[in-house]
Amino acid sequence: MPAIVLTVARFGFLVLLWIFVFTVVGVIRRDMFAGARSGRLVAAPRGIMPSMGQGRPAKVKRGRVAHQLIVTGGALAGTRITLGEAPITIGRAEDSTLVITDDYASARHARLVSRAGQWYLEDLGSTNGTYLDRAKVTAPTSVPLGVPIRIGRTSLELRP
Amino acid sequence: MLTAAAPGPPPSSPGNGPAVSAPYAGRGNPRNTELGLVALALGIVGTYTAAMEAGAIDQISVHFWIPVATLAIFFLGLNVANRFLAPDADPIFLPAVALINGMGVAFLRRIDLYDDKIHDRTDYSAFSGLGFRQLLWTALSIAFAIVVLAVVRDHKSLSRYAYTLGFAGIVLVMIPAVLPARLSMVNGAKLWINFGFFSIQPGEFAKIALLVFFAYYLVRKREVLSLASKRFLGLDFPRGRDLGPVIAVWAMSLMVLVFEKDLGTSLMYFGMFVATLYIATERASWLIIGLGLFGGGVYLAYILGGLVGGPFANFRVRADIWLDPFSDADHKGYQLVQSLLGLGTGGLFGTGPGEGYPRKIPEVQNDFISAGLGEEIGLFGLTAILVVYLIIVFRGLRAALGVHDSFGKLFAGGLAFTLGLQVFVIVGGVSQLIPLTGQTTPFLSAGGSSLMANWILVTLLIRISDAARRPADGPTAKPGGPPSAGGPAKLQEMATEVMR
Repeated sequence: MPAIVLTVARFGFLVLLWIFVFTVVGVIRRDMFAGARSGRLVAAPRGIMPSMGQGRPAKVKRGRVAHQLIVTGGALAGTRITLGEAPITIGRAEDSTLVITDDYASARHARLVSRAGQWYLEDLGSTNGTYLDRAKVTAPTSVPLGVPIRIGRTSLELRP
Repeated sequence: MLTAAAPGPPPSSPGNGPAVSAPYAGRGNPRNTELGLVALALGIVGTYTAAMEAGAIDQISVHFWIPVATLAIFFLGLNVANRFLAPDADPIFLPAVALINGMGVAFLRRIDLYDDKIHDRTDYSAFSGLGFRQLLWTALSIAFAIVVLAVVRDHKSLSRYAYTLGFAGIVLVMIPAVLPARLSMVNGAKLWINFGFFSIQPGEFAKIALLVFFAYYLVRKREVLSLASKRFLGLDFPRGRDLGPVIAVWAMSLMVLVFEKDLGTSLMYFGMFVATLYIATERASWLIIGLGLFGGGVYLAYILGGLVGGPFANFRVRADIWLDPFSDADHKGYQLVQSLLGLGTGGLFGTGPGEGYPRKIPEVQNDFISAGLGEEIGLFGLTAILVVYLIIVFRGLRAALGVHDSFGKLFAGGLAFTLGLQVFVIVGGVSQLIPLTGQTTPFLSAGGSSLMANWILVTLLIRISDAARRPADGPTAKPGGPPSAGGPAKLQEMATEVMR
């Protein structure tokens, strides 16, 4: 083998190795950027909507639809769940969508269901109750963006 | 109380609600990203193999493509398996591990091709030697990884077997200690079960089993461990009775040190437990207690090794070599001195693939593979490999942050930390940063047990990252299809019995 070929191979290999590292870092960067972009749009609390007739498809504007459920307080703070259409169950039971280890939470504490773009919070007969902002949830209640849901020591918010 | 106007069970047909936001929209399928990166990794391994053969035997043999092609088939298989079994998993794990594993196979073939009379040899077959063995073990490990992915569909199900796995882990750790040395001793460390034609290192698998138990136990105990405490010197220290489990694991790891004569394994178990404990409680005091206990125990073993010898003598010798390898460079310190000379010869850019003298270092295929590789690819190359390890650990911790249940968080955090600690312990030992301990370099060293155990570890991280990144309506691969076990479908039925 001519020496020049060996030299090219030797440095070419090192360059390739670092190209791999930077490609992977690039993929990670895009991954984090996508997460951060939605995190920056924090909606201010808007108060609780009075009735449940709201939130028909026509009224749901783009960008106002909740896409994420974020844990803002408690042991799981920082956890985010991307919302689909399926209901989100919250409780200490292992099969809950969001499993919270909170002494004040019940096994099946509450659930969030989506109907026509609006999310409703429903208490599943918990011992210590579910609160939307300050009000105790007794019947399915619509959850506006950015209003804290409190379960025991954990608080959650819907985010766009 | 539900009224008639209340929303019933949510609509199940898609298109009736808000558009499901694909969480990683605009980035395409993560599995395609994974495939692209795996192709790049294999391209690098192929380039290395060709350059290595050109350097070592002055020609590129007709066999050079065989290991790379075999690896490609298996990594592709795992990529396809991921598409079905873990569609949302992090696309970084597989390519990063593929690169390191591929480099391992290629470098072991390089060791096969190192010979004084290599130019007289006519047979450069890829079907023999260390490289071929490692290739077979890789194939077996990946097949096993796919089985693990298929069986463990939800990492939370592992917590149900926590006590069984914890017990199995302790038994696996103890087997080599109680077996006679004839069946368990290799190179001075009693870590093996020798079956004659091959031997396994049960401790590698025990790691993962014990982690399941640690994570499960600490999820149960985290409140009491983090809340009940006394404040002292600005740090919250736990109550005496809560120290029990820590002391127990500490005693176990010291027994590993004494009876199996291996500091590395002992450090792994204890470090794993302390890290999981720290993740569970967020108390820095546990780190200080852990480091203090381990440092104290090791120092005691060092002193005892000088005074009474016996089971502590092995560790004493290693510590003395670490303190001054050049004082006995021809005998006791020979291995470490050769390793340091090899790394020094490599310098910044290395001697070039296939142009070093890896066989000068005893056991270069096991513990010292990073020194042999470092000689040929230099500081730049070795740093790139270490950065890839760092990326795997980082993505593991990212999966721990993203997953929704406490058990998953602790388990993923523990797995990622274990991998990082193992790389630190062995590369630190080879480069004389810490006393040398007999650990394998994950995915790089020759050896089936280590390779398989670490593939299981990464597979579990893939499984957890899949759960962490999955949108809440189940796997993206089958929208509207039946949700996975434990998913939302079950809960719809449940809700009806709760509504009063």
